Amino acid sequence: MSVAVTTDLQHVVEDAAAHLYVWALKDIPQDLRDALAVARLRETSVPGKRVLETIHKNLNIADSEDNLVCQDTGIAVYACRVGEHFPLHPTRIYEGLRDGTARATVEHPLRSNAVHTITRENTGPNIGYRLPIVHWEFIPDWDGLDVKCVPKGSGSENMSFLKMCIPADGVKGIKTFVLESIVGAGGKPCPPGIVGVGIGGTADYAMYLAKEAITRPVGTRNPDPLVAQLEDELYGLLNETGIGPMGLGGDVTVLQCHIEHADTHMTLNPVAVNYQCWAARRASAHISSTGETEFDREF
Amino acid sequence: MANHTVTFPITDPAEILKLRAGDEVTVQGHIIGIRDRTQVRIFDQGVEPPMDLGGAFLLHTAPNVRKVADGKYEKICIGTTTSARMVRFTEPLGRQYGVRAICGKGGFPDEAIAPMHELGMVYFAIVGGAAALETTQIEEIEEVMWEELMPECLWKFRVKDFGPLTVGIDAHGNSLYHDVQTRAKAKLEELIARF
Repeated sequence: MSVAVTTDLQHVVEDAAAHLYVWALKDIPQDLRDALAVARLRETSVPGKRVLETIHKNLNIADSEDNLVCQDTGIAVYACRVGEHFPLHPTRIYEGLRDGTARATVEHPLRSNAVHTITRENTGPNIGYRLPIVHWEFIPDWDGLDVKCVPKGSGSENMSFLKMCIPADGVKGIKTFVLESIVGAGGKPCPPGIVGVGIGGTADYAMYLAKEAITRPVGTRNPDPLVAQLEDELYGLLNETGIGPMGLGGDVTVLQCHIEHADTHMTLNPVAVNYQCWAARRASAHISSTGETEFDREF
Repeated sequence: MANHTVTFPITDPAEILKLRAGDEVTVQGHIIGIRDRTQVRIFDQGVEPPMDLGGAFLLHTAPNVRKVADGKYEKICIGTTTSARMVRFTEPLGRQYGVRAICGKGGFPDEAIAPMHELGMVYFAIVGGAAALETTQIEEIEEVMWEELMPECLWKFRVKDFGPLTVGIDAHGNSLYHDVQTRAKAKLEELIARF
């Protein structure tokens, strides 16, 4: 019996992934719509206002025509929170996510972006070796599964930066690096978006945390008050740079700055920046141990 | 900052000279979709493009399309990619093929300013990610060449009221991107000094 349940649940995960991928691409979450509406009111530069008006018009058309908000269907990234007692092993959850991604790509159809990193030949319907990418978190004393799909566009992903600051650089070093990164990125990552910052851990983990930071609902704050304070401060500073919407100059350079952190070695002070464009696409599903699926945008 | 409507391909170079950095432009006529691999084939592999690029408006794109009967393609979602990766092709596109406008998102670095000034070319900034809107402004995919590079083929689109675009770099040596970066770098020093 457990085999049957497992197979069924894998199909549930596959169905959820297929739905989430397309849903995320077509219908951006309300928190993001609100942040873009505030940006539109706040912006004073002529080209900046033109950009934010166009974004507003684009969202309305994507809704009315049932089309993708942005043509870049991205790399499918999933964040999974797996309960200790969820009756499907992560190896099978992964297969479900992979098959759902491929199915959505073929059925819609969606542009397939996945290529071999050396030959540059297409590897399949947005799947390939180690694609899609899944972030895992394991939750004790729980039997559910949360799946969040974050299609990640290349324009913003190309604007990712890592610096191994030294401890003596302190928080000042972190702030300086984030500011320099966003000024250097200019209009390339489709501002105004979400600046994800990962601090602490190791080099690889700092970037992992930066990616986690961009998957949060816009304007949520890190539970650690010291980190939350840094989020507020960087958000203000980044909007003083004048880069503006699409890098054409203006008041709104970023919609938010989110930071995730980990404790680190006494000799390390890593800081990673991962940018998420204004079309910060995100869609989630909660799957119960018996396979009931609830779709949600708040997570 | 003026508003203009320009029809491509252009025949009179003066059409380009009247555009100034920061101006708003709406485009009519025909535009050509091009991307990294398309330009690598033309310039690095030396293959002549099978489309006339004289007076052309090039769009940095790789569209989502559906193949339909008689070899035609139907649009699904057409948007624009980051231009900076392709800046090195600016000068040969203008000099060898007479391209007059390049449109993309995120801007060109300063190395595009001199060839655009010398050759009478402009860079148009589109709103990256606003593909749903852009798709409605593309009336038809009229031609597709080099299909084996899918989706990085040469595409000919017929457009109506394509925009609004912002002149990011004009043919007079002005670049909004250069100006924004110069101001932002000065501001950055001021911000860092506060820490």
